[in-house]
Amino acid sequence: MNLLLISLTPFIGAIFTAAISRLGRLHSAWAAVVVTSLALLLLLPLVPDVFAGQVLIQRFSWIPMAGLDVAFRLDGFALLFALLILGIGLLIVIYARYYLSERDDMGRFYAYLLLFMGSMLGIALSENIIQLLIFWEFTSLSSFLLISYWQHRQESRNGARMALAVTGAGGLALLGGFLLLGEIVGSYDLSVILASGDIIRADPLYRPMLILVLLGAFTKSAQFPFHFWLPNAMAAPTPVSAYLHSATMVKAGVFLLARLFPALSGTPEWFWLVSMTGLTTLLLAAYIALFKHDLKGLLAYSTISHLGLITLLFGIGTPLAAVAGVFHMINHAIFKASLFMAAGIIDHETGTRDMRRLSGLWMFMPYTASLAMVAAASMAGVPLFNGFLSKEMFFTETLLRTDEVWGWLLPAAATMAGIFAVAYSLRFVHNVFFNGMPVNLPKTPHEPPRWMKVPMEVLVALCLLVGIFPAITVEPILAVAAASVLQAPIPEHDLAIWHGFNPAVWMSMIALIGGALVYLNRRPLFRLHYQLISHLEFKKVYNYLLEQLFRFSVQVTKALNPNSLQRMVFVFIIFILVLGVSGFSGGEVLLTGHRELLPVDGVSLLVALVLMISAVGTVFLHKQRFVALILLGAVGLGISLIFIKFSAPDLALTQLSVEVVTIVLLLLALYFLPQHSPTESSKLRQYRDLMVALAVGGGVAVLAWAVLTRPYETIADYFLANSVTGGGGTNVVNVILVDFRGYDTLGEITVLALAGLGIYAMLDHLHLTGTSHDASGRFWDHDMHPVFMASFTRLLLPLALLVAIFILLRGHNLPGGGFIAGLITAVALIMQYLANGVTWTQSRLPANIHSIIGFGLLIAVSTGLASWLFDHPFLTSTFSHIHWPLVGEFELASAMAFDLGVYLVVVGATLLILINLGLVHSMTLLPKTKKHSRKWKH
Amino acid sequence: MEALISIVLGTLTACGVYLILRFRTFPVVLGLTFLSYAANLFLLVMGRLTIGKPPVITEGVTDYADPLPQALVLTAIVIGFAMTAFVIMLSLKAYAALGNDHVDGKHKL
Repeated sequence: MNLLLISLTPFIGAIFTAAISRLGRLHSAWAAVVVTSLALLLLLPLVPDVFAGQVLIQRFSWIPMAGLDVAFRLDGFALLFALLILGIGLLIVIYARYYLSERDDMGRFYAYLLLFMGSMLGIALSENIIQLLIFWEFTSLSSFLLISYWQHRQESRNGARMALAVTGAGGLALLGGFLLLGEIVGSYDLSVILASGDIIRADPLYRPMLILVLLGAFTKSAQFPFHFWLPNAMAAPTPVSAYLHSATMVKAGVFLLARLFPALSGTPEWFWLVSMTGLTTLLLAAYIALFKHDLKGLLAYSTISHLGLITLLFGIGTPLAAVAGVFHMINHAIFKASLFMAAGIIDHETGTRDMRRLSGLWMFMPYTASLAMVAAASMAGVPLFNGFLSKEMFFTETLLRTDEVWGWLLPAAATMAGIFAVAYSLRFVHNVFFNGMPVNLPKTPHEPPRWMKVPMEVLVALCLLVGIFPAITVEPILAVAAASVLQAPIPEHDLAIWHGFNPAVWMSMIALIGGALVYLNRRPLFRLHYQLISHLEFKKVYNYLLEQLFRFSVQVTKALNPNSLQRMVFVFIIFILVLGVSGFSGGEVLLTGHRELLPVDGVSLLVALVLMISAVGTVFLHKQRFVALILLGAVGLGISLIFIKFSAPDLALTQLSVEVVTIVLLLLALYFLPQHSPTESSKLRQYRDLMVALAVGGGVAVLAWAVLTRPYETIADYFLANSVTGGGGTNVVNVILVDFRGYDTLGEITVLALAGLGIYAMLDHLHLTGTSHDASGRFWDHDMHPVFMASFTRLLLPLALLVAIFILLRGHNLPGGGFIAGLITAVALIMQYLANGVTWTQSRLPANIHSIIGFGLLIAVSTGLASWLFDHPFLTSTFSHIHWPLVGEFELASAMAFDLGVYLVVVGATLLILINLGLVHSMTLLPKTKKHSRKWKH
Repeated sequence: MEALISIVLGTLTACGVYLILRFRTFPVVLGLTFLSYAANLFLLVMGRLTIGKPPVITEGVTDYADPLPQALVLTAIVIGFAMTAFVIMLSLKAYAALGNDHVDGKHKL
């Protein structure tokens, strides 16, 4: 028994099918046949157990803390559904092979179809309802892909989006309902839920839960008023419609009603909500179906109507009604799939689906016509066909409440719907196959290829077999399925064609004769319909709502977004200022604390003064960008000195190397940008900004003063105490980075890698032209790579790399580590680029920079994963002391491997950023200099 | 010394704020760099000012600077570099696409 494998087979098969389609167009069709058959073969050995009355449950631990398991369940009803999904699926796969044209990508089609099949199987076989919901959403997503299969068509995209919006919204409601249900029962297991019907119905949360669950089921099964998505989903290729709207997608909703029937039904709320929705849908859709000129449109509304019928049966809520509901699910799946296939064949052979042009096809394709007529008769509920049996059971069930005042309403409405069902079935047959000659067909029709008819033949044969010999064909599976729906022994019922002259027979007779009369008088009815009612469309309401939503969001965006970065930044800063000021005001706390202050020494004062003068200088000279940049570099160096002064050697080293890289980067960028900023802001604006800047600066200074003069308690003692014993290193900062907070560091280097890749993507296809001269109008030096500098940096490279390795290795114990070593290496290599040119260096650097980044991340992650091998949590580090000859005792920590990963990512990302900008640079520079030198020669 | 550091912090922040309110991308990038200097320094001094006590465990020494802000700032410096790089590349891309380097993507007269 492996239910997980059965559900996963289509998913895995989808990947396989998509891959194999590269070898040949039809390979994917064969692959899909194999995959579907494989799932069926896996399922078949379990059939005897289920027929013996067992419920097979397979369980894997998922999130035990939340009480969630991945659990699958196979009982009679699940088996019935799985057989329908896979059986009809197999027929659809064969049919679609002949339906799709040369231009359609078969691999994509079958991959989507299998994804959808797997999701449906998941719904049918889920024991855990949260897991069921996940598969439920998967069906919404994969049906979106299927409906929009012809992506170039506007109507396909719109139809797919509408289906996703409606069923997706229903899925959200269902999630809410399931969470409430789980809350009420205390378990998400179907077995527990089905057994606690009484608790559920007595709970105060019953009503909201019921409404949410029903919203999910009704949207999926296209019940009024959510039915409008289904006709619009007809933009899908016909095999998709045949699958989605017969055995699968829309059946998921009624599947859910049936599945939760023992737990939720039996209350007035259930009766009124479910049966009224079902009744409205049944009547309305049967009526609309008659007036549709599109062949698939007619079938779409007929599908909605039949789903309404099934919903109504579950709403009525008697055990026998539930049996009839399950029975009609089977029958509808069989005849509707074959009718859609017929519609597909007609469309395929004639090039149109418009019934105003289609007539008299009997003479072109009598065989297909006969098959379609059998299926249509089944849809109409003609005796000897399977649809008749379940429909008669339905009629019988509507008569149960005739003793009440409004009790006659239900059978009357049911008969009315029956009349329309007969009428539209008659229209489908008479209009298309007889009724004179076809009008202006794009193609001359003829019978389709042999194997396109085989799936239809199978289904039509089933219609007849079930219709004539119900007791030996459908009864066994219906019995186990109905028993598992009811969670009780099934009531006495008799699947026979003739029960004597009871009211149900009279209702059937009225429906048949009435339907024929309606069809005969269709012309005045059509006129009336198109004058009065055809304007009422729910699609319009949906579109109107959608439009309003878009308009609202545009207005909100407009109100919040002034479309100006400057204004937004200004508002942001003012906001911070207000927050800061309000934090200071109020409360009688002194600004200055009691901490003992440090004396100022001369050197510090000097450094601080130089730093501040450079900073202010940068601001004053910011319009001369080059000068401002140089001054900024001075500020950065000042910051490094402050880091050294206040006992942070690691930070000083990092700041120093980052400063170099940043300045080089900004210089490179400045080459492409204007060399000056124009004066744009008015004096007033400048004063305003100055005031704001001084206020914020003053606030920060006051805040810093208030904090710095107060004593504090630190949590650092833990790190200081455990650094050597727990992390195996004496440099506490580095041990924190690679060990205590290694997970944070892993995130940070990932960000760095992503920033590098993002920049790479931005620079792709970037065309910029640099200036040919500097800010003061002098041309660039002709000698781009002075020999002296080039040879000197080449000599320097090994030395610099050696320093980097030294810094990397000692990082665990003395200032240094992966970040700093990476930056030093990057600086060393960038120096080569600067001195020797990009082409020279690029040809001598063997490695691909992207793979360095990837490799670094891989090392870091696998160091973390390695601790799993020893049953430790992710990124647990270990260390030991190794005695090396000559070197002496040497400490080896696993965190050092992590640091190596950090090192590689930093090197890779930094180089990626700078070199790619450098490449843009060299591409623009070369033609420029040539031009310039030519000019020079003249 | 505390007063001096506070003034330095205030100056860096004020310079940064003034620059990020400018019209063109390059000064704004410079302003962001100033702000990250200020933020890094501010974070470090939250561990209070300690002179000559680097957090490297040495025998016989019991008093160290707070290593936690240092570890925070170290990665912040590197991420800050990545951010600066990203923003400057974005401004290059915008300059190439829009033909000007105004922060709002258009010339305002």
